[in-house]
Amino acid sequence: MLQIPLWKRFLIWGICALAVLFAIPNAFYGRVESHNDALAAVAVQGTAPTPQQQAAIESWPSWMPSGLMNLGLDLRGGAHLLAEVQLSDVYADRIDGLWPEMRDALRAARAEVGSIRRAPSEPGVLRIQISNPDGIARAVQIARGLAQPVQSVTGTGQNDLDVRGEGDTIVIQLSEAERTATDQRTLQQSLEIIRRRVDEVGTREPTIQRQGDDRILIEVPGIGSAAELKSLIGTTAQLTFNTVVNRTTDANTPVEPGQELLESEDEPGVYYVVQATPVVSGEQLVDAQPAFDQNNRPAVNFRFNGSGGRIFGDYTAQNIGRPFAIVLDERVISAPVINSAIPGGSGIITGNFTVEQSTELAVLLRAGALPAGLEFLEERTIGPELGQDSIDAGRTASIVAMIAVVVFMVACYGWFGMMANIALAVNVIAIFAVLSLIGATLTLPGIAGIVLTMGMAVDANVLIFERVREELRAGRNAVRALDEGFQKALSAIIDANITTFLTAVIMFAVGSGPVRGFAVTLGIGIIVSMFTSIFVARSLIATWYAWRRPKTITV
Amino acid sequence: MALRLKLVPDTTTINFFRWQWLTFGSSIALMIASLVIVAVMGLNFGIDFRGGTTIRTESTQEVDVGTYRSALQPLGIGDIIITEVFDPGFRADQHVASIRIEAQENAEAATPETVARVQDALREIDPSITFPSVESVGPKVSGELVRSAVIALVLAALGIGIYIWFRFEWQFALGTVVASVHDVLVTVGILALFQIRFDLTTVAALLTILGYSVNDTVVVFDRLRENLRKYKTMPLRDVMNLSVNETLSRTIMTVVTTLIALFALLIFGGDVLRGFVSTIIFGVILGTYSSIYMAKNLVLWIGVNREPKANPKAGTKFADIDA
Repeated sequence: MLQIPLWKRFLIWGICALAVLFAIPNAFYGRVESHNDALAAVAVQGTAPTPQQQAAIESWPSWMPSGLMNLGLDLRGGAHLLAEVQLSDVYADRIDGLWPEMRDALRAARAEVGSIRRAPSEPGVLRIQISNPDGIARAVQIARGLAQPVQSVTGTGQNDLDVRGEGDTIVIQLSEAERTATDQRTLQQSLEIIRRRVDEVGTREPTIQRQGDDRILIEVPGIGSAAELKSLIGTTAQLTFNTVVNRTTDANTPVEPGQELLESEDEPGVYYVVQATPVVSGEQLVDAQPAFDQNNRPAVNFRFNGSGGRIFGDYTAQNIGRPFAIVLDERVISAPVINSAIPGGSGIITGNFTVEQSTELAVLLRAGALPAGLEFLEERTIGPELGQDSIDAGRTASIVAMIAVVVFMVACYGWFGMMANIALAVNVIAIFAVLSLIGATLTLPGIAGIVLTMGMAVDANVLIFERVREELRAGRNAVRALDEGFQKALSAIIDANITTFLTAVIMFAVGSGPVRGFAVTLGIGIIVSMFTSIFVARSLIATWYAWRRPKTITV
Repeated sequence: MALRLKLVPDTTTINFFRWQWLTFGSSIALMIASLVIVAVMGLNFGIDFRGGTTIRTESTQEVDVGTYRSALQPLGIGDIIITEVFDPGFRADQHVASIRIEAQENAEAATPETVARVQDALREIDPSITFPSVESVGPKVSGELVRSAVIALVLAALGIGIYIWFRFEWQFALGTVVASVHDVLVTVGILALFQIRFDLTTVAALLTILGYSVNDTVVVFDRLRENLRKYKTMPLRDVMNLSVNETLSRTIMTVVTTLIALFALLIFGGDVLRGFVSTIIFGVILGTYSSIYMAKNLVLWIGVNREPKANPKAGTKFADIDA
């Protein structure tokens, strides 16, 4: 084992050098962070950097790696929310929106079904009583006729409504397939809206992710409190449909009272003069989906609720051939021309869209307001001072632990202990390097994981050294003892580490937040420590042996 | 001869079975006692597991728990637990307290109004007070967290058992799992006894204990396996004693370096981590004890099949790896 081929030595020390290189940015955290932020800002603004940005960019050499560990909320401060999307809200909205249409359709068949009235019912279910029970079969047939195929991949061929007759009552609710499809849409929509809202404040690295079937996890570093974050998410985008008065390229076009000059979203330099009072607003929009028009060009289908549908129907009937503006947050995202009256509350927006654009427009349209209420299951606010205190405490603890372990190892194993210590130092540096490379998040328990690794990482070397001592006592010469020591200790080292690694994997899979942070550092620590205590320590000892050529050794 | 600190003499011949009834018996007794303590005293669950709100306060004025309590009593928000937090790392004028409020009735989510009222009431008695952290968990999530925590522990124990079974024999797997369950159970008993707060990070601590305990036991078993091949006729009990004695020095060295790191964390790591770190410390000490006194006793009683295996190298699969 003391003969290590040259290429292997290069490989081992090359990896160590890389570890140091990738860990270095963390030692200059503030500087590298402002460097990265400035670069990102310049990329977004698309213009030459301001002098401050230039200075920030130059403060860290561009040829150096600039990956940093993310600091978790508990270290940086910020807000954490776990929200549950109230999916059944959407069912109720949909079913309520169905009533006017149903009523009109059934009225047309009054001769067969008699008079109709909406019976009281739980939310999400529409019950319509008819005065002529004999006509129930016909009524159910009419109601089924209004059902539409489910718009989803899995639900093809199924209808969105479940209609059955119960005596003199038609019971209508969303079908299972439609519910699944609606749930998917609602959650995706909620995610998009929240992301849009959070991105507007432009904080660094917010986490917005789906959890389980109906939950969304939102973590925003640097925000003052969870209450602030909640009000930010609650603010709905203002989506309105306005009458277009004029289209212009002059940003200084004078406008009359009651009119507004709005910029176009996708045509640079184009402005629209619109009536300030909207025809319909986004609160009345129930759904928007990317689709294709009759000429197979990308378009967007949308649907209003009952009252919105009526207003929109009347307006479009009176304004065929004129454009109207779809305005989101004071910007015109599209100004299509009305081709025909759009009764019934649903319509199609056509234009020069690509498929991507129509999808995006549908998203933007839906993004007007949250489709369903959010209930907050978990709220956490951590102040930045507390985070800084934790970082300081963690740093002190790490340094003290490191020094104590180093001294103890030297006291017990002399020179060999020193070599194990070098391996330990490489170990800690490499943990930071891996964390930065994969962009992992460091939490307070994560720091504890690193400190714990310091204590446990020397275990492998302890196993080896104790084994070498035994071999020496058994009368083997230096080379044999070292050789055997490394070889015989190996199976114990590997078994012991794999079992610990298993627990780290399970912690990562089942745990959340800070626990995950701990699992990540513990897991990385185990893998890295196996490399350092076996390869790095061995290489060090081999070099030392080749240099000193001792006849006898004392471990 | 170079000067060396030796915690354990070069060769020891301690008979670890001498007090086996006493040691094993007290382990069993400790496990039963832990169960009883947990059943009687209950665990001091944090908000992660029972819902509610914790507010951390910081002030330049001394914390007077009584004043805080009388300021909050009129709000009528149910049980309030106020504890002053101490840490050697605090500045002289840094006074920290932790206020825990029960989950409010018929509110799934956190109640910002309640938090705001508590904060206003406290600001009235102490204008310099700040609130470095506010955390709320609803009862729905906390129920799920309990479930996933239990699942995590069971999965970890199972996974470890299966791995050991593949690498060694089923007897060893059983011994390892029982020993680590012992460590976790007794640690939980200690947490209940001292009413140390039990939250999500505690679960992480318990999993770490599981890992450490198995780590220790595996090292002993690895040596046992090797010695069983070497001394084919020696009675099992003697081979076990020999293996524990041979690995004793390593066992002690590792527990000492681990404890050094853990005590550094306990003293300097800040108050937020204190419960987490002290839990691991209990577990590491128990883990060391159980790998010496518990795991192998079980294997001895069950017995090991010492017939030569078809593949004599099976156990040293990794020994061929060369650097």
